Parts: sequence; structure tokens; C-alpha cells
Amino acid sequence: MSGQGGQDAKFFQRGKIQEFRAELAAPRKIVANITMGNDMSALFTDVVQCLGTPLLEIKKMVYLFLICYGRQKADQIHLVIPSFLQDCNDRNPLVRALAIRTMSYIPTPVVIEALTEPLRHCLKDRDPYVRKTAAICVAKLYTADPRKAEKGGFVEMLRDLLLDPNATDGVIFKLNLTVANKLLTALGESSEWGTIYILDSLLRYVPEKHVDAEIMAERVIIQLQHANSAVVLTAIKVLLYLMNYMENRRLMEYICKKMGPPLAAPSVLKNDVKVFFCKYNDPIYVKLAKLEIMYRLAREENAREVLAELQEYASEVDVDFVRKAVRSIGRLAIKVEPAADSCIQALLELLETKVTYVVQEAVIVTKDVFRRYPGKYEGIIPKLCENLDLLDEPESKAAMIWIVGQFADRIDNADELMDDLTYTFLDEPVEVQLALLSAAVKLFIYKAQSDTSKALVHKVLKWATEEVDNPDLRDRGFMYWRLLAINPTVAGEIVLAEKPAITTDADRMDRGALDQLLLHTGTLGSIYHKNPETFIRNAAGKALTDSPALNPLSRQEPRKPSSSAAPATNNLQVASQPSNGSSSDLMGTSASQEGVDGEGDGEGDDEDIESPAAPADPYANLDNAFGSYIADEPRPQTKDLLLQVF
Amino acid sequence: MISAFFIFNQKGEVLISRLYRTDLKRSIADVFRIQVVSNSDVRSPIITLGSTSFFHVRVNNLYIVAVTKCNANAALVFEFCYRFISIAKSYFGKVDEEAVKNNFVLIYELIDEINDFGYPQNSETDTLKTEESSKITTQATGSTSWRRGDVKYKKNEAFVDVVETVNLSMSAKGTVLRADVDGHIQMRAYLSGTPECRFGLNDKLVIDKNEHGSGDAVELDDCRFHQCVRLDEFDSSRTITFVPPDGEFELMRYRSTSNVKLPLRVYTHIKTNFSNKLSATNVVLRIPTPLNTTGVDCKVPNGKAKYVPDENVVVWKIPRIQGGQEVTLSASAHLTSTTNRQVWARPPIDVDFQSNYHSIKWVRYLTKASGSYQIRF
Repeated sequence: MSGQGGQDAKFFQRGKIQEFRAELAAPRKIVANITMGNDMSALFTDVVQCLGTPLLEIKKMVYLFLICYGRQKADQIHLVIPSFLQDCNDRNPLVRALAIRTMSYIPTPVVIEALTEPLRHCLKDRDPYVRKTAAICVAKLYTADPRKAEKGGFVEMLRDLLLDPNATDGVIFKLNLTVANKLLTALGESSEWGTIYILDSLLRYVPEKHVDAEIMAERVIIQLQHANSAVVLTAIKVLLYLMNYMENRRLMEYICKKMGPPLAAPSVLKNDVKVFFCKYNDPIYVKLAKLEIMYRLAREENAREVLAELQEYASEVDVDFVRKAVRSIGRLAIKVEPAADSCIQALLELLETKVTYVVQEAVIVTKDVFRRYPGKYEGIIPKLCENLDLLDEPESKAAMIWIVGQFADRIDNADELMDDLTYTFLDEPVEVQLALLSAAVKLFIYKAQSDTSKALVHKVLKWATEEVDNPDLRDRGFMYWRLLAINPTVAGEIVLAEKPAITTDADRMDRGALDQLLLHTGTLGSIYHKNPETFIRNAAGKALTDSPALNPLSRQEPRKPSSSAAPATNNLQVASQPSNGSSSDLMGTSASQEGVDGEGDGEGDDEDIESPAAPADPYANLDNAFGSYIADEPRPQTKDLLLQVF
Repeated sequence: MISAFFIFNQKGEVLISRLYRTDLKRSIADVFRIQVVSNSDVRSPIITLGSTSFFHVRVNNLYIVAVTKCNANAALVFEFCYRFISIAKSYFGKVDEEAVKNNFVLIYELIDEINDFGYPQNSETDTLKTEESSKITTQATGSTSWRRGDVKYKKNEAFVDVVETVNLSMSAKGTVLRADVDGHIQMRAYLSGTPECRFGLNDKLVIDKNEHGSGDAVELDDCRFHQCVRLDEFDSSRTITFVPPDGEFELMRYRSTSNVKLPLRVYTHIKTNFSNKLSATNVVLRIPTPLNTTGVDCKVPNGKAKYVPDENVVVWKIPRIQGGQEVTLSASAHLTSTTNRQVWARPPIDVDFQSNYHSIKWVRYLTKASGSYQIRF
């Protein structure tokens, strides 16, 4: 600003107020340009000179500038430190808070060094607002330089303050009962966001007795009536967590009942899917989610309602939504046997519409319906065949081809259809090619006498083995070829063997995974149905920490892979003894802890004798690494694998 | 937690950009612009790319975006975005590109105040507005963070509005798919000092379905309170005790699905279904017409009906309709054969109405339908 001093003269003509206005406008322009992504760092020295201003508004903008470019201009940041320190001692608590907040946003060594002293004062400031800001600054300091934060005794000070322990992410407080109770008392008086942090931090508390968990739950439960949905969801998460440590059945049932209403509506989850019926103007993602819930809640009693609703959706315009609706009709048929008839009827009606994507979805699910109810609905095959020309997506085409191949004996012109379908074999995606290959073999087995089918299978096998680069396809081609060459009868038995029945069990989550996900209620993980460590780098998983109060049912080791690892076999036995306190290592949250405990067990435990070779031979465990792969030796599993292929 | 906060306009230009944490660069905004703003396939409010997640809320062609790199509490992030919108509304009247551009400095101040290091902080409008004075410091951290201590009025007054929204979705065959009532108790308090208020609900109210009330009991499925309500006291003695914020706020919100008497039935005519002492005002029916409609002839005994070609609906407005009354619309639409065969989504018939009555002074009841009183056909 001083650089442009020569132009200031004109302001004197119009009075002092104008001068201030102009001064106000310059930082505004700068901030606007920062926002637009224009690099303003060249102005650093000029802007810094405005720091002395008594005007809070300008000061704020200058601070914003410093936050943006402070790290970049680390070599010049020392120019600002004196002003910072001056502001840290300002009479106005707002300025004090602003100063430490800004400093803590610039994590360069110089600033952090300078921050230490004022921060210590501010943590004991007489003004609560400054103390609150300071507490969060400790968290920032910790992220920037954990060693300094601990050495400076800040973590200890924060613990004394106990204003917002959750803000210090990274510092893991293991809460004891007294602290947890103090936090609970604070619940009633904190703001809505504070409530969330406190509730979240309760997950770090591990109840030692059933009754502790129960008392705590009773105090948390009232938060379910909060207007802020994040409070409600976090409260639910805490309750679900605490329920793992409870004994009192009645209380647990009461909690479950209490949790119903805020989530959607009471007892809906059992009796009334209607709540999840879509409204016309619901956003599409809500509609899709509702559709999924409707399917999951569908049972014999409400299947009719659900089907009627799904049919309604199938005539909407949004392609994704319609597709999912059609697919849900088929899945409903598979899930609820008594409703299958009407579902098939509905699917047939949908085929009539001749709308490409509807027909394609219908074909895809019909294939599964055939597998679920063998010998029941094959009568509709001709109807499906009529729509052959509409199929242009790989998944639906593959499904149709599977149907044609599987039921080649019931379709009079199966060989003609297959002949048409194979016409474009070489241009098809792999998924379709694989389906064509299997279908051609099936057709040949059904109609070994027919010349067309003989020529067809020959042609397809030749293509698959000679013209295609995909190894899966080529290998499968060779396998069929040899199978047919060695013994066609046996080949027939294998290819057309009875298939394992399909169920909708795959939709269900296994208990361990569900338990883990429940600890993440309300977070991104629960939306994606994934544990955070699987999709976010550096994210830590959560698991129930063991305590005498932990229920046996919740005690199951959730993650299977870790239990099959070599050192864990030993631990698993320990874990199954409920009274043994050391079993906590299995549920341990950090890998390092697990490792240490594992070693300890290995040295001290006599059971270790069972596998004395293990420590001696580093390759002893490698057998498993190659799975059950042994060349040229027929095994029962391989047959199962083949069946899945067909 | 929230690592960055952005506001984009419809074209994807950055209007506000504030990084709360150093784990992101400013250029992350470009990722959002490319992946979300200019990608019409995006249909979810949350996008996760790598370990970075973008949460966005759209309001008046603006994107309010929060970015995080951790397994954030999704509800918290969305609550924060919506809170920002409501704060901005109370500051600037409306939230659109112009308002954001005109007030960007203030917005930067605000988002620094309501969020520190990615953790949302006190965000009550009433508190924030006192920011100029240094009183905020005690208030933002005090036990009643939503209220200033020194409010004074010559005349102490409080008004209560009970607004009930009836939601209905009825199938083409006339069966009710779902009907429920969303109630809001809106309060305007102009009271001096920090008064403790009590709010009574009558005995007919059953909040927990296990408690059995009398036959005509009104059962609430769920109710939620403003943060000023002492939840522990409500839990123990069913009284709603609170120190209200100054001015207007939503005290309570409830939902009921039992005993919902539908005020209006729509067949080929409308029938009112309430006592003839009451009346519904501003009844608006929106009857969708096929896309290739060229004109509609309407005959109505009451109100006005008009075809609106832009929206493909017949709008039938009835300024006032008495209880127990029946009105019929007869209309014929002229259709043309068109070349472009766009599929008609067959939106449901939409009904809007209002009905209010005063029981006692200070308290006003209003029943209305807003956008989700729908009859499929």
C-alpha cells in the first residue's frame, strides 16, 4: 500500500472517511482475487504492513491473507510475528483469539515457536471464548508438531481444561469413568456441535461393568430428541456401542424402541414399508435408497404392496430408477417365494412395453428367477426370445444367451437363435463371449445329432481358442474342447449338472462386519457400507475393546483374515476364554499392540509347543500362500468351481 | 473433519474458498468442478474420489461444498452446510450468486467463526450477530450459547405458531399409500432477560406409543426439540422447559402417522373433509397434462382453472372452500400428434392448501400442504 502512496493525495480532497473506505476496499480486492485463484503472494510485504490497523475488519482480511500465503512465504513470516504477539496481548478477547487462531493456521516452525508462549497464556485466559479457541489451537499444534505439543505440556493442560477433548484428534484419550461422567454432565450445557463431539468421544470409553454402560446409555438416550440430525445419529452410534456392554435385556429393548422413531417411524422396520414409498419429487438418490430398503423389508405379508409400488416405479422416466425397480421385482420373486408368481407376471407385462432398458433388466433378473425356481417358469421362455433384438448391453445379452443355452432342449429354434447370436462373436465383449461359448457347448450336448449345433460348437471353440486374446476365454475353450473330445457323455453330466440353488443371502451382511460398521454410524463409512480403512488412506478401523462387561455375542473376532494369520491362531484360543483379561489384544485397535501381545503369548505360553517348527522355519507357513493350487490333481473343489462357471 | 469449504456458482467458478486444514490444496476446487459441476452423471450429494470426499448441497444454482479426507460424520457435514445456508439467509435475505459475491468478506468472517480447524462451532445466528461487540466471547461459550443475556423489551410478548404440514401420497386406485403430519411449533419470543419458559402439551398427547392414552389420543411418532430445550427434563417429567433464543426459532418438530384425517379428498372432484365451521384457503390443484397438449377447456364452479403450457399443468385455484363442500372440475385437453416422442413422467396431481384457526390469543394454528399432497393417477 505504501508503494502506491503517490496516488493518495486525491483522498484528502474528500475527507478522511473516504480514505478509510479506500483502505477497506484494497484488502477486499485482494481477498476476492485469492478466491478466484489469482496468486497474490507477491503482495505479502505490502499487506503485512496493514497489520497494525486498529480496524478489526481489515485485520481479519489481512489474517486471511496470511493463512493463505503464510506457509508459502515462510522466509518472510518472521516479519509478522511481532504484530501477532502484540495482538495476543490485546485487550479485546476477540483479537486475542483471532491472533492465536491465525498463528495456529500457519504451521511453519517460526510461527509455532512463537505461538507456544501466548498459547499457554490463552489456555488460562479469563475469557472462555479465548480458552475455547486456544483448545482447538492445541489440536492444530498437535497435528503440525506432535512432539512439541506434548513436550510443551499442552496435552496435559487440555486434559485439565477438558473443554473439547475430541478436537485433539490423534491424541487418543482413554476415558475413564470419572472423565466420561464429567463429559456427560457437560452434555446438557454444550452447543449442538459440542454435544456431537462429546458423544463421539464417549466411544473411547470402555465400560468395565454392565451397569456403567447402562447408566451412561440412559443419559445419552435423551439426545435422540435433538433437532440436529448429526446429534441424533451420533447418539445412536453411542447407544449401539454401549449395548455391546450391557446385560439388561429390558433396557436394551427399550433403547431399540427409542431409536426407531428418529430414524424413520416406529416399528416401521417390521410392519410398515409404506414409509419408504417414494414421493414423486424425492431426489433420485433418496429414491434409489428407498427402493433398496423396500426390497430389504419385503416379506410375505407385505410383498403385494411392495410389488404394486415397484410396478408403479417401473413406468417412471428416470432410467436408473426404473432399472433398479425392475431388478427389484425379480429379486423380490427370488426372496419371497409366495410372491414369485405375481412378480413373474409383472415382469412379463414389463417385457410387453418393449422399452429397451426395461426389457434388458427384466431378462437379467429372469435368469436368476429360473435358477431359483428350476422347472417352474420356463414357460415364459418364448416371450423372452421375442425380445432378443432389443438386447444391446453385455449383461442382458449374456443373461439371454445363458437362458437359450440352458434351456436349449425346450426352445425349438435354439440352434437358429444361437447361430444368429454367434454371428458377431468376435466383436462381442468378453462377458458375452464367455456366455456364448458355454451356451454353444450346452446346445451341442442337448442336440448332439443336429448338424447346425455341431458346426456351431466347432466354430465357437475354434474362435475362442485361436482368435481371441483373452486368456480366460481361451482356457475355457480348451477345457470344453478336451472335455468333449475325451468323453462327451461325462462332459454332458458335468456341464448340465444340477446347479447350486441361489438365495438372497448374499444381500445379508455377516455379523462381524455389521458390528464394525455400526461403530461408524452416521459417517461416510456407513453410507458406503465399507469400513473406513478400506477406502480412506490412513483411516483407522474401529473394533470393540474387550472388557469384563463385553457381551459374549459381541466378542466374535470380526475380521477373519487376521485370525487365520500365523501368530493369531494362538490368540484365538485365548480370546475364546471369556474370563481372560489378556484377550483384549484380539480386539486391539492398533496393529502394533497386537504384535507385541502376540509375541508375549508366544514366549510365555506352553501351547506354543504344538508348532515348534514355526519360528525356526520361516517358510513353514508358505504352503497357504499358494492356496490349494496343485497342478494336474483332480480335486472336489475344482468341480465346484466348474459348476459356477457353467 | 471438514478440511475445506467452497462455494461454487453454476458454472463452477469458485466464489468462496477456505481451507481449514493443510491436507488439501486450493486446487482441489478444480477436481470438484470437473468431477461434479461439469459432470451431469453425478446424482449423489457425496462423491468420494480416492480418500477425498466432497459433500455438496445445491441452493439457487450455488454449490455449497465441504471437503474432507477422513471418515467424516456425514450428518454433521450436511448439518453444517445447511446451517451455513440458513445463517446466510438470515444475513443477506437470500442465498444466490449475487448475495455471495456482495458479501464475500462477511462470509469469510462467518465461516471462520462457525468452523475452526474443520470442527463446526457455535452457529446460532443470534450469537453471531453480536460479533461486532465483544460480547460474543462469553455468549459463544456460555451455557445458553443461543441467547444474549441483556435483551430488553418494553412489552414482553411471545407468539406461538403451530404449523402442520399434511403429507399424502395416494395411489391411482384411491388407496392411501402414506399419510402423515409434520408439525412445527414456531415461536417468536420477545422477552427480557433470560426467562425460563415452559410449554405445556395437553393430555391427549401420547408421545411414547407404549403409554396408552384415551381413545381420541393424538399419538406422536417422534418429536425433536431445539437445542434450547432441556431434554433431560422432558424425559423425566414431559414438560418442555427452555430459555428461548431471542426472536424467531423452531421450538419443536413432530410427526404423526396415526389418525390422520385427510382434509381434502380428490376423486374426479374435490371433497372437503372437515367441519363446516372451518374453511380452507388458497387451494391450488395442479393437474398434469400430457406433453403434447395444445390446449385445455376447463369448467369449474368455484375458483379459476387455467392451462399453463410451460409447466404442462392445469392450475385450478380456489380462493376459499368451506368444510363439507364438493367441487368438480371438468376439462378436456386437446392433444396433437408430435414427432418427438418424449416419455411423459405422469407426475401426480399436486394439491396445496391452507387452513388456519386461532384457538387462543398468541397461538395460531395453520394446516397446510406444501408440495407433497400428491395423488397419483
